[in-house]
Amino acid sequence: MTLPQISLLIVLLPLIAAAIVGLWGRHLPRASAHWLTIAGVGAAFVLSVIVFKATLNGYTANYNLYTWLTSGDIQFNVGFLIDNLTAMMMVVVTFVSLMVHVYTIGYMSEDPGYSRFFSYISLFTFAMLMLVMSNNFMQLFFGWEAVGLVSYLLIGFWYKRPTAIYANLKAFLVNRVGDFGFLLGIGMVLYYTGSLDYATVFQTAPALADVQVTLIPNVSWSLMTVACILLFIGAMGKSAQVPLHVWLPDSMEGPTPISALIHAATMVTAGIFMVARMSPLFELSTTALSFVMIIGAITALFMGFLGIIQNDIKRVVAYSTLSQLGYMTVALGASAYSVAIFHLMTHAFFKALLFLAAGSVIMGMHHDQDIRNMGNLKKYMPVTWITSLVGSLALIGTPFFAGFYSKDSIIEAVALSNITGSGFAYFAILAGVFVTAFYSFRLYFLVFHGKEKWRKTSHSHDHVHAADEHHHGLSPQDDPHEPGWVVKLPLILLAIPSLIIGYIAIEPMLFGEFFSGVIFVNDEVHPAMAHLTHHYHEILHSPAGMALHGFMTLPFMLAAFGVLLAWFFYMKRPDIPAAIQKKFSLINQILENKYGFDAFNERFFAGGARSLGEKLWKIGDIQLIDGAMVNGTARLIGRISGKVRHLQSGLIYHYAFAMIIGVFLFLTFFIKIN
Amino acid sequence: MEYIKTDLITALPELTVLFMAMFILLLDLFIKPKNRIVIYGLAQFTLLAAAYFTVVTYNPSVGYAFSNMFVDDPLADILKLMTFLGTSMMLVYTRQYMQQRGMFRGEYYAMVLFALLGMMIMISGQSLLTIYMGLELLSLCLYSLVAFDRDNARATEAAMKYFVLGALASGMLLYGMSMIYGMTGSLNVAEISSALLEMNTKNPVLILGLVFVVAGLAFKFGAVPFQMWVPDVYQGAPTSITLLIGSVPKFAAFAITIRLLAQGLQPLAVDWQDMLLIMAVLSIAIGNITAIAQTNLKRMLAYSTISHVGFLLFGFMSANLNGFASSMFYISAYVLMTLAGFGMILLLSRQGFEAENLDDLKGLNQRSPWAAFLMLITMFSMAGVPPTLGFYAKFTVLQAALQAGFIWAVVFAVVMAAIGAFYYLRVVKLMYFDAPKDNARISAPVDMQLVLSINAAALLLLGIMPQTLMQICGVAIVISLQ
Repeated sequence: MTLPQISLLIVLLPLIAAAIVGLWGRHLPRASAHWLTIAGVGAAFVLSVIVFKATLNGYTANYNLYTWLTSGDIQFNVGFLIDNLTAMMMVVVTFVSLMVHVYTIGYMSEDPGYSRFFSYISLFTFAMLMLVMSNNFMQLFFGWEAVGLVSYLLIGFWYKRPTAIYANLKAFLVNRVGDFGFLLGIGMVLYYTGSLDYATVFQTAPALADVQVTLIPNVSWSLMTVACILLFIGAMGKSAQVPLHVWLPDSMEGPTPISALIHAATMVTAGIFMVARMSPLFELSTTALSFVMIIGAITALFMGFLGIIQNDIKRVVAYSTLSQLGYMTVALGASAYSVAIFHLMTHAFFKALLFLAAGSVIMGMHHDQDIRNMGNLKKYMPVTWITSLVGSLALIGTPFFAGFYSKDSIIEAVALSNITGSGFAYFAILAGVFVTAFYSFRLYFLVFHGKEKWRKTSHSHDHVHAADEHHHGLSPQDDPHEPGWVVKLPLILLAIPSLIIGYIAIEPMLFGEFFSGVIFVNDEVHPAMAHLTHHYHEILHSPAGMALHGFMTLPFMLAAFGVLLAWFFYMKRPDIPAAIQKKFSLINQILENKYGFDAFNERFFAGGARSLGEKLWKIGDIQLIDGAMVNGTARLIGRISGKVRHLQSGLIYHYAFAMIIGVFLFLTFFIKIN
Repeated sequence: MEYIKTDLITALPELTVLFMAMFILLLDLFIKPKNRIVIYGLAQFTLLAAAYFTVVTYNPSVGYAFSNMFVDDPLADILKLMTFLGTSMMLVYTRQYMQQRGMFRGEYYAMVLFALLGMMIMISGQSLLTIYMGLELLSLCLYSLVAFDRDNARATEAAMKYFVLGALASGMLLYGMSMIYGMTGSLNVAEISSALLEMNTKNPVLILGLVFVVAGLAFKFGAVPFQMWVPDVYQGAPTSITLLIGSVPKFAAFAITIRLLAQGLQPLAVDWQDMLLIMAVLSIAIGNITAIAQTNLKRMLAYSTISHVGFLLFGFMSANLNGFASSMFYISAYVLMTLAGFGMILLLSRQGFEAENLDDLKGLNQRSPWAAFLMLITMFSMAGVPPTLGFYAKFTVLQAALQAGFIWAVVFAVVMAAIGAFYYLRVVKLMYFDAPKDNARISAPVDMQLVLSINAAALLLLGIMPQTLMQICGVAIVISLQ
């Protein structure tokens, strides 16, 4: 098979599996749902590895498969751009997806929507692959919307729960805001370059660097700044950056496997991927990069704070995802696109691991998600315990672990950046290191160490977020059990890359030729990446050297301090956090309210839209549109319909009469006008 | 002798169908009723053989036979192949239906083949006489097929109406043809065209002839105000015959419209463009609006046909190659959709039960998700929802009309298409959101299920990949009209 054929198969296999399971899943044996989809995604993974190997040996391709339609001079193509970036994303997506497929066998084993779930996640894999493999904006947008759709369907997977419906509606609406910007950005690119094709757009873009656009009279902006910020607004929606982040924590209403796959490892990183792909555009606007960096820095730090006070195990991990996405965005802002992608990859592994481990804990605790009811689980769930520890250590950036290499590189790159906002960003992500370590190990200690708290809790107190129909929690006399191999195996397989992938990949990805020709950095204007490379080759020499050096740097100390403090607060002196909470009730209140974003949206946007809607509804809709137009039209059409129906009397001479009248009118009319 | 031989070879597909139709008629006298399936097989074989001969004698340029009365060009060959395919699918869909109602007889197949022969002659007609002859052969077969279930009062009534109105329309067409013959002195469309170029086209007699010819064509399509027969005949005829009337003859009607208007009367384009515009706008409006009030599925699809004809005329009225090609694309899409839509009614029907009311579709998703899904695709395609074939078909004809400058008509058509979406989506709503009224098992032969699935899937796939079909239509039109 040739590589183009393989690439096509990679995309189609998950789609075919999804279609079969989705359409006939109810009639097939239950097990066939997972066998079919795992076969599809598994094959896609193997083939992705083949393509990745080929790209490592220098294979790149950019071709159109077919033209969907042509409108004027614009062609809407479906095509693939296969290079190192694409191939790496394909491997990561299919690998994590495969792990999640296997894991789901255990997690969803009792769910009535078993085959539906497999169909959705396979469909998601297809959509995500279409997104990353695209060679043009239209297909990118298709993939973008398709992953959004599946995400929507999966957040509301348990569609009988009001909270799930609320959450998926929220995700849907917030993403509309982002997509609106994204679509405007694409429109702008199309308008000024006349093409949707990446290669053509990137070629034309430098010539447009000095073009100014006037959106409001007398104020003109650089075209590239406006276009890039609009595109980035799309990324803010999908990758949950402040202030469009509000949907991600609520998305935890979905089943845990999809939190791992969609809301941690792959879909939410689509925005990061997109900006990296668009590096030739973003490099043309330092203003846009500053915007990106500041948004990312805010997200990285402030979302981390929120992780500290959460008690739902999945929400802690969700806020950590938000904060890590912020890190990636900051790296994009510093023009360190390759570092952002690197962090995307390491994060995909360790965050998927943490989510799946959280899911394992949830299963062990009989669907109780409150970490205050857990403790000492290391005794009962050793595999989950060890893999969680690996994941947490990777997350906080312990030297030699995967997360260390990517996170440390981000911090270094920002330190070396010179654009507006880099000072603030540097501070934010440094502080973020401490916060990350603190909440991660708060979670870790509360869950795996300490007293077995479920033994004395009665399950009467409020689990706001854990309310689901099969929620019963663990009885005080029961021991939690570790789930079977289908759950443990993905944990172990994800723990391995969380440990070593950084060590292996940092040199080629960041400082080698891996991304040459794929990611474009203007070293003269944005020299951070060049300095970083220089620094690495001059001082650190090797991944091991970097790790050893890492032990002596400020980020490591901050992380270590965070871990120690978490241990001290939650293991040694549990009374201190409570006291602090009392003393600083205002701050606590702010954090509890998540800075008021939700309340603001609820009151201003939702409420405002509702009251505006109500007015429009009462005056515009009921009186004008419904009364005069729609019902009027409907009445009119109904009346016409009724009238016309009478013409169809069933009497043959009426029909003949109509024909003759028709001919007669035509004759009169046309002979007269001639 | 040599001349006759080449003539006969050119018409080999027609001769095959003619011979086989007569053979089937004879064979039916000797065959036992339980062996009638042989006749069905023979009919399918005939289609295959005719298709084979059409491919073998495929003519990549334009050739004439029988003293220029018969033309063999890519347009004719491709339309014939499409007609064979459609007829073959129709035979697959209707077999069980005819068996269950005691209509599985040799005459049915003979009649269908004769009708097919009529269509083929229309498609290859290059002279007013051949065109008229083909048209009459087709029409007479269809009249009698509508009355095939002769003890059914509704069917005979429908046949009667169809016959009387059809005779009237035939008369008009013939009258118009005679005027044009009188003015130009020729029956050959190419000669008519060159004669017209040299005379004053404002002559009232010419206009008179044109109006009558257009009226005759419009009747065949079922365009307003010559649409009256469509709902009654669609509803009254046995569903299998409705399927036939609604689908492949439209290819033939398309062909004679091309031959008469685009080839013969092209110099009068300014006039017939306006006539088509009026009919197109009225058809779309009346078709879509009246369809809303229907409770009978067959009747609803009849009105839907009228609106589709309106869209089809949008391509014609551009009066350029691009417009004709998009019309050809539209007619192919339309036939595929009609086959799928009526095929679905046949699928849901069973012994003693006609699934022809909208209520019969209620809760179909619970009875058979697959059938519901196929119907969903068909309805989406008819409504023109992307990425189905119907969307692309509407898109191309409207684009052609837009380029020809009919901006307001296009805007109107789009608004009407939105109104039309209502009744298609109502079907989807009934299938997916309502509780089923009857829970009888859906049983159909495997071949029918398979072909129907492919048919509906094609509506989706061709919508995603329309280029090949579009190219075929473009090539056929460009080579044959230049």
